Amino acid sequence: MLNYLTLIFVCQLLGEMITGALGLPIPGPVLGMVLLFGFLMWRGDVPSPLGEVAGSLQRAMSLLFVPAGAGVILHAHLLADALLPLGLALLVSTVLAVLVTGFIMIWLSKGQADG
Amino acid sequence: MDNLSDTWVYLSASPLFHLTLTLVAFQGASWLFEKGKRHPLLNPVLGAVLVVVAVLLGTGTDYASYFEGAQFVHFLLGPATVSLAIPLYRQWHRVKASALAILSAILAGSLAASGTAVAVAWAMGASPELLATVAPKSVTAPVAMAIAEELGGLPSLTAVLVIVTGVMGAMLGPLVLDLVGIKDWRARGLAIGTTSHGIGTARALTVNDTAGAFAGLAMGLNALATALLLPILWGLFF
Repeated sequence: MLNYLTLIFVCQLLGEMITGALGLPIPGPVLGMVLLFGFLMWRGDVPSPLGEVAGSLQRAMSLLFVPAGAGVILHAHLLADALLPLGLALLVSTVLAVLVTGFIMIWLSKGQADG
Repeated sequence: MDNLSDTWVYLSASPLFHLTLTLVAFQGASWLFEKGKRHPLLNPVLGAVLVVVAVLLGTGTDYASYFEGAQFVHFLLGPATVSLAIPLYRQWHRVKASALAILSAILAGSLAASGTAVAVAWAMGASPELLATVAPKSVTAPVAMAIAEELGGLPSLTAVLVIVTGVMGAMLGPLVLDLVGIKDWRARGLAIGTTSHGIGTARALTVNDTAGAFAGLAMGLNALATALLLPILWGLFF
């Protein structure tokens, strides 16, 4: 299990190094995800310990956003000043983005069997 | 009493206290989420953040001291993002089968997220600085902050809006999709991932494997699309 945790860290590190060196507009971990995906394609299957490590990380993923979320207190006054425009902008755009993405996927993949 | 306050001084300076606070707050919020039959409005990220903020305000602790402990949890976001390659690999046959539909849906969703947020804020009289701050809010935090910086916004406020958008989408997204009758797990995953990046993806992963994989894919591609296109579009309008 430790070797696959190491593999995940190595992919992230390589991702950070490559995006940093080339000035790519994506975060290191996202490129790391692409690198790990490439490894899986090359290997042809998911080793079960890797699946377990990934599963544990993903089951805990909501927790990982709590520290950043608490950062909201740093900007309490800015948020309070612009509460209405910001709140309404986020609310309207969140609902619309969900609808637009969902419906376009449904329409364009119509007739294709899922799977 | 002296012992107690000495212990508090010691504990509040060690990473253990704030790390434990984060975990306990999340456990409590998750317990409530399960009790409420996983209703999206009982989002555990929101619940845990409220508890942490209340404790920090109540004890007069500043965010920097809190983060010294909480950074160990925060750090794992990177490896968790990398590990999304596994659900993506497992669902790859589905992704390949409708690649064009997926790319179109993510691109349109990405434009809708930024465009409508900027339009509403602009109509409400927000300053150009605030518009640039709100524009990249559906994108995963590190990319959103870089884009806000480039457009002349406030990156640290963008980070907060990214989290708020993430929680909002994870809460409202499933309700909106139910309301309009979108049941396809691929479409649901893409919609939540495009709108609510990692927080939406985390939620989708707990509900359905296909939705989780498509959400992770949408998060990555939306980050790429917004980073490439938004600065160009911005130049046309402002």
